[in-house]
Amino acid sequence: MQISKQKKLEMLRSLLLSRKFEEALTELCKIENKIPGMMILCTGQEAVGTGVCAALEMEDVIITNHRSHSHLLAKGADPKLLMAEIYGKKTGCNKGKSGTLHLAVPEINAPCTTTVVGGGPPIAVGRAFAQQYRKEKNVTVCFIGDGATNEGSFHEAVNLASLWSLPVLFVCENNLYAGAQRYEEHTKVRNIAERAAGYAIPGVVVDGNDALAVYTSAVEARARAVAGEGPTLIEYKTYRWRGHGESDLQLYQPKDEIEVWQEMCPIPKLRDELLAEGLISPDELGEMESRMDAIVKDAILFAEESPYPEPHEALQDVFA
Amino acid sequence: MQQLGMGQAINQALREEMFRDPDVFLAGEGIGTGIHHSPMLPTAGLLKEFGPGRVKDTPVSEAAIAGLAVGASVAGLRPVVEIMFNPFFTLASDMIVNHAAKLRYLSGGKSSFPLVVRMKSGAGIGAGCQHSHNLEAWVAHSPGLKVVMPATAADAKGLLKSAIRDPNPVIFIEDIMLYFVPGAVPEEEYLIPIGKADVKRQGKDVTVATWSKMLGVAMKAADQLAREGIEIEIVDLRTLVPLDKDTVLGSIRKTGRLVVLHEATRTGGFAGEVAALAMEEAFESLKAPLRRVTGPDIPVPASPPLERFYIPDEEKLIAAVKDILK
Ligand SMILES: Cc1ncc(C[n+]2csc(CCOP(=O)(O)OP(=O)(O)O)c2C)c(N)n1
Repeated sequence: MQISKQKKLEMLRSLLLSRKFEEALTELCKIENKIPGMMILCTGQEAVGTGVCAALEMEDVIITNHRSHSHLLAKGADPKLLMAEIYGKKTGCNKGKSGTLHLAVPEINAPCTTTVVGGGPPIAVGRAFAQQYRKEKNVTVCFIGDGATNEGSFHEAVNLASLWSLPVLFVCENNLYAGAQRYEEHTKVRNIAERAAGYAIPGVVVDGNDALAVYTSAVEARARAVAGEGPTLIEYKTYRWRGHGESDLQLYQPKDEIEVWQEMCPIPKLRDELLAEGLISPDELGEMESRMDAIVKDAILFAEESPYPEPHEALQDVFA
Repeated sequence: MQQLGMGQAINQALREEMFRDPDVFLAGEGIGTGIHHSPMLPTAGLLKEFGPGRVKDTPVSEAAIAGLAVGASVAGLRPVVEIMFNPFFTLASDMIVNHAAKLRYLSGGKSSFPLVVRMKSGAGIGAGCQHSHNLEAWVAHSPGLKVVMPATAADAKGLLKSAIRDPNPVIFIEDIMLYFVPGAVPEEEYLIPIGKADVKRQGKDVTVATWSKMLGVAMKAADQLAREGIEIEIVDLRTLVPLDKDTVLGSIRKTGRLVVLHEATRTGGFAGEVAALAMEEAFESLKAPLRRVTGPDIPVPASPPLERFYIPDEEKLIAAVKDILK
């Protein structure tokens, strides 16, 4: 597939933004009482959100999970509003109700992030049903982890989506772990994608650290869905660099395994390709990096300077 | 006496019962190899001690975990399964509410399901409403389930041991913040019966009925009120089902006033049940209308000031106590 220069640059930008955003969060989590709640990061997995969202139009919808930062940034969420929400501030995208775990950004068609593992697929089916019902030429993407495919809700959702040929992309980020469990300890099939056979839909395995490969596979699945041919299950093989929460010491994760995967980092992979093709010069790259640094810095400044909500604001937004 | 957090006390209970009865086994997500390594957590070290045959780390599959408990228990095993956080009980609830709770009755009393479901509950961790949601009233509303919510480490140990030996399904709800509150726990083996409330503080002016983490709030409020000459009697229900009506009613008859305190949201909360009990069976003793102090009718928000607003505190309890003394 021919991928335009603009698309490739857009993806590099998205990878860098996501990485810098989360590296900043890693540091912020070391400061006592700065960031409330658990902090679950997708560092190392950014190519999935980046590549998939690059294949989407603004009207396409994403339903994401507890590891959502990169998905939302790639879809176009405002880093300032995300950061303020993560801080628990009034100016955050969810007025402090969500925190980092269930960031909802309806403005970019990311109406619901669920941290209930397996909660996403049935919702994605309903959202895609609405698209089919209204004859929209759009799709819904559901981001889930490998562990989530063991919840019954995943199977019920895929079955219904298949039966009704709904325009859904079930995007599984197989990062080799679910909590402290290694893939082999929770799932017997070798590839999550094999599960698609049980529902008579295509299941594909793709290198999840290769943003261009991710993009290509998502474009194909999207085209199928928009053409009324139904859902695809795409398994992206990737890896979780950070723990399940920043207080996780990752004692169950071999150090050398982390190192091997860090060598396959999605950022240099795309960056070096763009440099080699002359699509970006070292100077332009440096400029892009400092622009992303500045965006993250601004977001943190905005979050720091924002007020907390007033306690009684807790009572708002229960009903419409 | 040893000073233990509730997590450590639960750990001792599990360990002792596993030694006592080879039919006891554990299952749940991350109960063996967890992402957290604190010895303060309930299942720390048990995989190492008892091996993977009896400490089963499961996939992320709440319905399967709960079904495992139902099926294994009808065969006479004694499963103690863990649902990581109370809100995820909804995924296990078909097996527990529609099956575990009803099957003894359905069998005309012939089958029994001696299982325990442990889960973490309670606000205070800043994680927001999909992790923090007190659902005890939901469970208590399902006939066939016993519901235990300990407030102290010592109670947790004795109650959990009873729960494991109980021939019925028992839902055992642990407030996550209590794992880290130290308390005196007897060294020798002891059981605390399910269905027996405990008067944690004697008083003559107002009965405060409460359970789980809110006991701590009541105890602090009691100290403050005592300085102003008001003596509250604190009844820790410990078990919601079966409810120890006698102890609650006895205290109401003594003080003539009742405040019910819980962290869960108000509408349909278990305070309503305790209030109805007081009205039906001790109305003649009540000198003033009773009060409920509860969480507001909202999902638990994540932002620190919002989450603090959600959790009932001493101030709210003290205000309610003074209000009914007027
Ligand atoms: C229903 C439910 N059960 C348990 C949890 C706790 N939990 C959060 S994430 C997680 C592991 C999920 O693994 P996976 O789906 O592979 O996603 P990953 O975290 O690896 O991205 C678990 C067990 C939860 N949030 N929801």
